[in-house]
Order: sequence, then C-alpha cells, then structure tokens
Amino acid sequence: MTTLLEVEKLEVTFGRTAAVRGASLTVAAGETHCLVGESGCGKSVTALSVMNLLVRNAQRRAQRLAFQGQDLLKLSDRGMARLRGNAMAMIFQEPMTSLNPAYTIGSQMTEVLRRHKGASQRAATDRAADLLARVGITAPGMRLGQFPHQLSGGLRQRVMIAMALMCDPQLLIADEPTTALDVTVQAQILRLLAGLQRDLGLGLLLITHDLGIVARVATRVSVMYAGEVVESAPTAELFANPKHPYTQGLLRCVPVPGKIQRNQPLGAIPGTVPRVGPGFEGCAFRDRCDFADETCKHAIPTHHAGSAHDFLCRLPGTPVKALT
Amino acid sequence: MTAIEVRNARKTFKAGKRTVVAVDDVSLSVPEGGVMGIVGESGCGKSTLARLILGLLPADSGDIVIDGQRLVELDRKARARLIQPVFQDPFASLNPLARVRDIVAMPLVAQGRFAKAEIVKTVEEMLSRVGLSKEMGGRLPAELSGGQRQRVAIARALVLRPRIVVCDEPTSALDVSVQAQILNLLAELRRDLGLTYLFISHNLAVVEHVASEVAVMYLGRLVEREPTETLFAKPEHPYTKALLASVLTPEPGLGVPDVGLGDSLPDPANIPSGCRFHPRCPIAEPRCATTTPTLKPRPNGGVECLLA
Repeated sequence: MTTLLEVEKLEVTFGRTAAVRGASLTVAAGETHCLVGESGCGKSVTALSVMNLLVRNAQRRAQRLAFQGQDLLKLSDRGMARLRGNAMAMIFQEPMTSLNPAYTIGSQMTEVLRRHKGASQRAATDRAADLLARVGITAPGMRLGQFPHQLSGGLRQRVMIAMALMCDPQLLIADEPTTALDVTVQAQILRLLAGLQRDLGLGLLLITHDLGIVARVATRVSVMYAGEVVESAPTAELFANPKHPYTQGLLRCVPVPGKIQRNQPLGAIPGTVPRVGPGFEGCAFRDRCDFADETCKHAIPTHHAGSAHDFLCRLPGTPVKALT
Repeated sequence: MTAIEVRNARKTFKAGKRTVVAVDDVSLSVPEGGVMGIVGESGCGKSTLARLILGLLPADSGDIVIDGQRLVELDRKARARLIQPVFQDPFASLNPLARVRDIVAMPLVAQGRFAKAEIVKTVEEMLSRVGLSKEMGGRLPAELSGGQRQRVAIARALVLRPRIVVCDEPTSALDVSVQAQILNLLAELRRDLGLTYLFISHNLAVVEHVASEVAVMYLGRLVEREPTETLFAKPEHPYTKALLASVLTPEPGLGVPDVGLGDSLPDPANIPSGCRFHPRCPIAEPRCATTTPTLKPRPNGGVECLLA
C-alpha cells in the first residue's frame, strides 16, 4: 500500500490551549483510518491542519506533514489551494452550513472542476450528473438545478460527497459525515462511502465519535484524548485487546444491544475531558483513570503491543478489567 | 395505575397551504414506574407527541390523561407538579444569565407557595442528588460542561417531585462517556423516586438499555409497540426491522448493513396512500398502496402492517 498522508508529531495551539499535542498518523491508499474521540480531543483540528484550514490565531508545527511525499508545511497558500478539493478533499459534518445557500447544486459542483482542471461548463455538468447518480441520487439532472434548502439532510450529504469526488481525489477526509443524519440514512451514507473507497482505492481519514461506525468501517483506528493519539491499532485488534484505560473506558460506555444487561449501570468514565495548555506533562487522562499514580505525572513513553498496536500509558500491559 | 394515557391524539400544523400531520391518531399508555421509549426518524412526530403530553401544545383532538387527570383540566401549576421535561440541548434550555441555583429554584418559585428558606434547602438537596456540589449553585451555565448542564436540567425537572418526566433526546448532545453518566443518573433517580419516564431517542441502543416498552413512530403514526425484549428480539413491522438493522454496534468485521429502505424519503406534508411506509418498504405488495393498515393487537402491544 502506498502511503498518502503522513502526519508526525503534529502540534496545534490556540493561544494558551494546546489542541493537538504530538499526534502522529498515516493514511495509505485503500485504507480507512478512523480518528475517534470525544468533543475537544483535537480530531477535527488534526484534519483541518492537514487541509491548512485552521483559523488565523492557530499555530501549527509538525516534524513532518506530507501528502504523497510532498511537504505540506513548506507549501505556499496557492500550492495548497491547488491540492485542496483536488487531490485531497474534505467532507464536513453539517451539509447545510458547508453548501452555499445562494447557489444551485450544479454551479457549486461544477466550479470545483472548472477551477482545478479547467474543464468546460458542459463537461463539468456531465461529470456532476454522473457523480450524483453514482452516490445514489435519482434524477440528477433535476437536482443540479436545485438549491441546498430544497434537499433533505441525507441528500445534501450525498451532494457533499459527490462534490468532494469531482476531481478524483486520492485522499478524502470526512469529519463526522453522518452525525447530523438519522440512523437509517447514516447506514446508507456509510455504505456508499465504503463502496466508493473500495472501487476508487481512496485513502479515507474518517473522524467520528461513534465507536459503532469505527468498528464497522475502519481498517485502522487511532483514539485521541486531550490532543494526543493515546492508542492506535488495527480495528479488530483495538476492539479485542484495548490497552489504554481510556479506550477501555470508552468501550464500556456504549450500550451494546443484547450484550449489556438492562437496568445495569453503564461503565461511565467519571469527570470530564480536561483542557490542556502547552507544556503540560504526563498523562492527561490521569485524573479520570482508575490505575493512575504519581508516575503518571511524568512524560509517558509509547509502548508497542506488537502488530502495529501502539499506546501511550506508563503501564505496559495495563491491568485490563474484563469487558462485558 | 396508568401514569400516561394518550387516546387518539392528533396534531396538525399549517405551513402555508400545506398541512403537516405531525401526530396522527396516536394512542398509548405508560404504567406507573415504566419507561416508554419512543423511536423514529427526524420528522416522525416524536417530539410533537412529547409536547402534547407535556401540555406545551394543545392537541387538535383526542385525550391525554396524566396520573388519572385529564390534561386539559389541569392548570399550569398543577401540571408542573405532575410532569416535567428534560430537553436535548442543555445549552439552549438553561437561561444563560441565571445562576444554577436560581434555575433549579424557578419551578418552586413559580408555584408561589414555598417559603424562601424551604426553597434554598430543597434546591441544595436536589443539586447534591444529581451529583453537583453546593459550590456549583453559584455558577452560570456557560461555566459548566455539557454533562453538568444536563444535571442542572434534571435537577430543575425533579425539584417539584413530579411523578412523570419526559426526556426528549436527553443525551444526544453529549459525549459517550458523559452520556453513560447521565443515563446511569436517570436510572438511579427513577428507582429512588419511583418516577415514570417517557424517553425519546433516535439511539436504539440507548432505548434498549433504558426502556421497558418501546413505541416506534413513522410519519406521525405509531406503527409498532411492544415490551423492549420482544421488540428487539422479534420486530414485526418492516420499518422497525430496518431501524434495528441500521444500529451500528461496536462489533468489528460485520460491515455496514444494507437497510434496504431506498432513497424516497418521506414528506410529512404529502403522506402516501394506503400504508404510509409502502414507498420505502422492502416487502411492500400492491395492496399496501391502497389499503390503510389498522393496528393488529398483540399480547402486549400491537403492529400496524398489512403483512404482519
């Protein structure tokens, strides 16, 4: 597999808040890498850093940030604009706010192709209609003439996906693409994404807080907590053998139909996610962790649990509570 | 004893020339101490039904009986002592300019018959009951996390010691670790205070965990109702089956299921003839487009499908 995206020791700070603290990950062609974590853990900021779409007051540093071997840190704004929406595309959570309400679906979709590839309006319209059909929209010709508010949430998200595919991207970043949708529509959109990814050999970086989605679509999972990737492993390995106490806690929080007894309390993680400033040392999870002691206040080395399974915890082979 | 009894409730909204039937002839009853889960897609009328039961919206027709008393005959204060809401978004449902203790005290103050010292004491007890420290009482909502805000909303709902709480997506805006805390708190409070819940959620895994009985709504109709175990083990309505199939449990290797509902999304202002689910139904027959199904009773519930 060719590596498309390499992120090494990414740091993003907003003034006195450290949003991302030394996160590393890679996405290969044909791979779905899921970035999972709770709100504020830095997963969206990581994605925006890759696209260079951070707000102005953000500071981005990294040891390496490369797309197809090209160093994104050294790329000019124009160079980045040539990649964005072209070889690397992004889908956002809320399709209503990311589509322009004043333009038709057709004009928004064709603009991408005309801009990046210099295609004629006619060729661009044909491609847009093809892609709308491909993402399961019936009567694409009619939809091209419609405005975003005339479409349902599921249809808008399909339009976003089709638009992201206009220039044949190699890497697709999807930030909570189904969070605003009903479960039935969510399943349809995820099936669609998985199918497209398989057929087109895309690298997909999928950001979600939903462990159900992760289990069903990811090839590899990275769990983020307070700006750090605290655990990263192939999907089956992570669910079968979670090493970090936070990952273990997350898995216990989710009610699994038929697996957790009703009327039994869920395994909640006490407390809330802390805000961490630059220069914070030690494990950010220590205040909520059952196994924490004094040593957790010091820098935590990465442990390797074999088979591409890494985690950030001082206890190699943390005592694992039986998962029910 | 029946805590909530809804008989043939109907509610329509007018939007220009279009009429949307949000709740169409819905009947259900919730026994005292029970948890009735209501599930369905957005726009199916579940929140409107909650508002009818809370008395926040008048029904066009039908009857709602709360704790043996007809809702229309209760005044606001009496209603507030019986039934209280917890809403989805704790950012929107709390007054941003009021301190936590004043927010929780408001239902007591509005009753206009409690002494100040009594209110202070009751509020303090309630805060500690939902797991908030005394010092939190002096804070503003903006100074709290989402989970803490939802605890404040729960404290406010319970401070009058109502019999019934209507929870409308109470954990949908929260992170999973916090969701689990709030669900555990709601379960504990129900057990300790003998409450009855109407629990609305689009998350079927959560509903299975908390509800004793589940009602499935589709385009304003209640299409299936069963005790939770029965509904999850043997769903009869094809829509219920599709909903259950779309639940993505954290089990790797199973892939994303094909729910087979097609792309024709329902329009509540233009309800299909016959069975309103037939355009999306994977097993629809020609008669489903012409014949309107009626509720087929089952030992502990019912299903509204011609083919069931």
